[in-house]
Amino acid sequence: MGREVSESCVDSLLTEMVSSYCNRLYANKPELAAPRIEAIGYQVGHQLSERYTMERPRFSDHLEAIKFICKDFWSELFKKQIDNLKTNHRGTFVLQDNKFRWLSHMSVDPSSENGSTVEDNSVAAGESKATQATSMHLYFPCGIIRGALSNLGIPCAVSADISNLPACSFVIRIKA
Amino acid sequence: MAPVGPRSGDAIFANVERVNAELFTLTYGAIVRQLLTDLEEVEEVNKQLDQMGYNIGIRLIDEFLAKSNVSRCVDFKETAEVIAKVGFKMFLGVTASVTNWDADGTCCSIVLEDNPLVDFVELPDTCQGLYYCNILSGVIRGALEMVSMKTEVTWAKDMLRGDDVFELQVKLLKQVPEEYPYKDDE
Repeated sequence: MGREVSESCVDSLLTEMVSSYCNRLYANKPELAAPRIEAIGYQVGHQLSERYTMERPRFSDHLEAIKFICKDFWSELFKKQIDNLKTNHRGTFVLQDNKFRWLSHMSVDPSSENGSTVEDNSVAAGESKATQATSMHLYFPCGIIRGALSNLGIPCAVSADISNLPACSFVIRIKA
Repeated sequence: MAPVGPRSGDAIFANVERVNAELFTLTYGAIVRQLLTDLEEVEEVNKQLDQMGYNIGIRLIDEFLAKSNVSRCVDFKETAEVIAKVGFKMFLGVTASVTNWDADGTCCSIVLEDNPLVDFVELPDTCQGLYYCNILSGVIRGALEMVSMKTEVTWAKDMLRGDDVFELQVKLLKQVPEEYPYKDDE
């Protein structure tokens, strides 16, 4: 068993990281804050994936690597696996976590019936503050996944879909 | 009957939800790195880390009080001991020790020999002047402010700068008298 810290340490750090970037460093400039939060996630994912694959043979194909993210990688971070994996067999994978831990402590505005989608760093205009805050929190795990796959030699784009809260789906599009 | 009085740091840590420390350590490292890129000035990064810690501290104190069952500390000496033995343990899983008290009991050192924030960390020469763990001093300052103690928390020793331990100097500046929580209607 490796070293552990209390979950509140991670929760507090993530909340404060997002709030620092969105409310202090780049207040009212989500287009500047978002890529930075994603970049922090990318770095973390890259390093974690490096550590968790040290003693493993290389993955034979994309699906094997994605399965590793769903099982081993997710378990290390969240003590559970991804609940559902779908693919169109043309480079797009959808990973669904039925109760995504990093959203379970957040209050999400119930009036935003359609939820929101974090995509390509754009934040839809007019969405409520709470929804926007949630989107900001999702750049971090999206970055983690992108960083982890990039370390495995798979360049991709990752977005998150929270239209079925508390479930969260991560959509991975592998770049040809 | 349920035991009364403060719980030990070990007992609390054993019962809280815990996560893999690598995630925490690497996330903190990535934040520091990103701040260095964005802010350029090391001094600015120190300031931001302290501010982040302060904001965390003012929220974390509630969880600390709720889980530790610590009630009012008789003096600042007890407060420092509680931070070192219970606070550090229940959140970071490590214990610290308290030393170097000054004559009037308002300034001491909290010494940390083991610090999960710096696992796998090495600072490049370009980071001279960076207080890598500055978030910790901010957390202590913020948390104490919520229990009416104004403090100044500074780094006296830093293993990333070649010292043998991490040493935080905590100086009590002012004990704000507690205000009656409800204001009378005017």
